[in-house]
Amino acid sequence: MSAGAALTDAPAPETAAAERHGGTAPRVTGPRGPGPARRLLGLVGGLVGGLVGGVLRRTAAVLALLALWEAAPRLGFVDRIFLPPFSEVAVAWWELLADGQLLDDARASLVRSATGFGLAVLVAVPLGLLIGWYRPVAELLGPLLEVFRNTAALALLPVFVLLLGIGETSKVSIVLYACTWPVLLNTISAVRTVDPTLLKLARSVNLPPWRLFQRVILPASVPAVFTGIRLAGAVAILVLVAAEMVGAKAGLGFLINNSQFNFAIPQMYAGILTVSLIGVAFNQLLVALERRFTSWRTSG
Amino acid sequence: MTTKPIPKIRFERVGMTFPVRAPRGARARISSGARDPARSPAGAGFTALEDIELDIADGEFTVLVGPSGCGKSTLLDLLGGLALPTSGRVLLDGEPVTGPGRDRGTVFQQYALLPWRTARGNVEFGLEAAGVPRRERAERAGEFLSLVGLDGFGDRHPHELSGGMRQRVAIARSLAYDPDVLLMDEPFGALDAQTRESLQDELLRVWQRTRKTVVFITHSIDEAVLLGQRVAVLTSRPGRVKEVVPIALGDGRADIRAGGGRADNDLAGGGRSGDVPSGDDRTGGGRGGVEDPRSTPEFARHRHRIWELLHDEVSRAQELEREAVAL
Repeated sequence: MSAGAALTDAPAPETAAAERHGGTAPRVTGPRGPGPARRLLGLVGGLVGGLVGGVLRRTAAVLALLALWEAAPRLGFVDRIFLPPFSEVAVAWWELLADGQLLDDARASLVRSATGFGLAVLVAVPLGLLIGWYRPVAELLGPLLEVFRNTAALALLPVFVLLLGIGETSKVSIVLYACTWPVLLNTISAVRTVDPTLLKLARSVNLPPWRLFQRVILPASVPAVFTGIRLAGAVAILVLVAAEMVGAKAGLGFLINNSQFNFAIPQMYAGILTVSLIGVAFNQLLVALERRFTSWRTSG
Repeated sequence: MTTKPIPKIRFERVGMTFPVRAPRGARARISSGARDPARSPAGAGFTALEDIELDIADGEFTVLVGPSGCGKSTLLDLLGGLALPTSGRVLLDGEPVTGPGRDRGTVFQQYALLPWRTARGNVEFGLEAAGVPRRERAERAGEFLSLVGLDGFGDRHPHELSGGMRQRVAIARSLAYDPDVLLMDEPFGALDAQTRESLQDELLRVWQRTRKTVVFITHSIDEAVLLGQRVAVLTSRPGRVKEVVPIALGDGRADIRAGGGRADNDLAGGGRSGDVPSGDDRTGGGRGGVEDPRSTPEFARHRHRIWELLHDEVSRAQELEREAVAL
């Protein structure tokens, strides 16, 4: 392929990487050269090209955004004071990382959101299974749960601060609160939408209720429960950063807000970047976990 | 013969009436209550089955056909113990059916396989419910997968199997815990014509080997004639047994029942073993010179008889349906 031919003399490490990943790279046939050596070279080049092409396709939009970010302030399209070029933000990020401040803030944020998120999953999954299982309970609580879910968690932040102070408790609590609803509601609907023919099957073989729950309801609910958990993962970080902007002495939300107050604009953007990196990484982790638990859905 | 043995299954004046949801019931009552015999005079319910009388002998293959909405599936639910009749009794070995039990195995049209379990795991499912120890479960599952021609597919998940293979797994699952009666609710309805034919042959072969009592529901007259020793034709709403037609296909069916058959036609990797005459060709076990039982004059005669019986019922069912929509 053309991309492959252009990259025939790629540096050695990349070639090795391509060979290692040869199995996953799209199959590419090299251009027909006159000798076997050239053909091999062409093939390797093709593989590298395929791999680079794949990576390029997946990162092109992100790279374009960064390029725009870099160029716009330099070309004077936006005020460089309010939007410094990406390279300056990257330098600021590196400095924050080097002096340990970024790690401290990230750790503070991660501990809070992980605690709130973890507690929410631990509470909401069993509760959701229970509520979904007992139809009358689900019908009774349904409207109430809808009200809670549709009340923006952040609107309740002042209430949390009022009741629990501005310390860790209120921050973990609001994350816990916000994460509970997507997990709970998805779990309830997962239990209630289990394929009725499977329930009929279970009845026809006289499966006792506990076994029915363990062997049919629970595994059938896993995919939808995980959807809820992934939604909660995004919510955990979203809510926490907002909570940290109100009365906190550490955390990424504090870093962002505090940098803005002190007019340390590159540092502010560095904080924002860190938040989105953590968000993406967390989501990827949950996706990987979901794949592991629902491998029966896809081949392989 | 004055002392008849107790039939395996007996429907004794069985009736089934469902409560009707208020708005529909109310509307129906106003517009057509008196004319429609399916609705009781009070308009209190929807009568799916009425006065069903049917005896099924041990080891018999009985097919139920009827227009859509005639209560065939309800009849099977009653037999499976998933519902109880509002009048009359369903007797199994002379005892009234009071609930589901593993003496009856059900095969559903939508396979009802657990997608997170492998083929083997699905077959083991019924055995787990029956409390069979783990090691024996694995052994039995393998044995029954092999019986339905799925050797080597035990570790596949349902989404990796074709429709025909999925239904084979479901059949193996129902047979594995050794029920006396196999209840099949349009099991081949969702399959393509060729897969259906090969599974029909396979089912006859399995029936021959296991000697289960089979109650089979279908929409297809051909399928009914091919599979059934007797075909019970039901009327449209409310379902009653209109006539029970005994099927005698002569040599054609004897051959297919002797079970040479085209065993594993729909197994992608299963080779074409069906084309190879299997051992004793002389008795017509192989396919060599055997006529397709579906093309014999006997088959056509039975097919026509059932078609005639069904024809009026189908048009009546359609009329009822049109009425219901027009309301």
